[in-house]
Amino acid sequence: MAKIKELIKDGIWNKNPVLVQAIGLCPTLAVTTSLKNGFYMGVASTFVLVGSNVIISIIKSFIPAKVRIPVYITVIASFVTLVQLFVSAYLPELNKTLGIFIPLIVVNCIILGRAEAFASKNGVFDSLIDGVSMGIGFTLALMIMAGIREFLGANKLFDLLVIPGFEPAAAMILPVGGFLTMGVLIAIMNYINMKKR
Amino acid sequence: MDLGTLLQITIAAIFINNFVLSRFLGLCPYFGVSKQVDSAIGMGLSVIFVMTIAATVTWPIYYFVLKPLGIDFLQTIVFILVIASLVQLVEMVIQKVSPSLYESLGIYLPLITTNCAILGVTVLNISESYNFIESVVNAFASGVGFTLVLILMSGIRVKLEDTPLPEYMKGLPLAFFVGAVMALAFMGFSGFKI
Repeated sequence: MAKIKELIKDGIWNKNPVLVQAIGLCPTLAVTTSLKNGFYMGVASTFVLVGSNVIISIIKSFIPAKVRIPVYITVIASFVTLVQLFVSAYLPELNKTLGIFIPLIVVNCIILGRAEAFASKNGVFDSLIDGVSMGIGFTLALMIMAGIREFLGANKLFDLLVIPGFEPAAAMILPVGGFLTMGVLIAIMNYINMKKR
Repeated sequence: MDLGTLLQITIAAIFINNFVLSRFLGLCPYFGVSKQVDSAIGMGLSVIFVMTIAATVTWPIYYFVLKPLGIDFLQTIVFILVIASLVQLVEMVIQKVSPSLYESLGIYLPLITTNCAILGVTVLNISESYNFIESVVNAFASGVGFTLVLILMSGIRVKLEDTPLPEYMKGLPLAFFVGAVMALAFMGFSGFKI
């Protein structure tokens, strides 16, 4: 039980993939123009992460060490293809807005990173928990980013108007805003962690 | 073959839709390998090289194998495997043919497999339905655009290294702010009409 708590804490705070480890940056900056996009991207990546973590921890003993990376990539790519087919069938609009970032979940370093660093060394259940908590950590980071950017850039949250009469700064939705928000968030995270020590 | 279209694709890929600053692809090397100018140049050249080859190989695979067989939904799996093996192959060839080049590029090549810019350019070529020549040109120009901003970024970071800053601002946060200013500057190109 203690280990599960530890894993969850690691995924969401201590080793948060985006804010602490600074990996998986491309989708974090690209799709966080609105909370809705950020949320769906987080859910899609979490699904792939959990699926690949579980499968890899099951088959880890059959994989020769030399070809493990291609095997991991194949497993991950299969899950991504599932997501791709599902999204294009049921959420065609989302497919358009997320665009090439759905197939690009394959090269999200978080997923391959967890496969290599965790799932290949731990049991099925632990890997499942690790996948879920890392996924939640990723989704939360995406949503914080997206919330800030959508509010400041469009005065909206989940496509709903927040403060009538507030003039949004459209630059926050543009790439500039993405870099700026991310820089501020990482600086805050660094500051908090340094204060603690 | 229309030279005008090719020029248009080139300019758009380098400046207007710059891979890093407007499409958000290849951010990991953009922040990770931009601490020194030398390594930025090495990384940039390897990316140009692998990107061009990846586009050259994946285009025929999609249009002559996946499409006719009706299995184009396997695109993602096939492309990433092709890129992964390609990187390995390129690494072996360079090691054999030019050990000195391998010395300078060698360490960057394995990193490139998980560089989303490579998979990104091959997927974009298909989704924009470019023909073969256009795909190769687009891949090459995207690589050049990536290299350009990577080298600019590393130059700026070297200069900023000794700035007195609070400890929590050093490293990544500062790099992100520099990135923001660069993105702002590159937004100027989006006014281009060609």
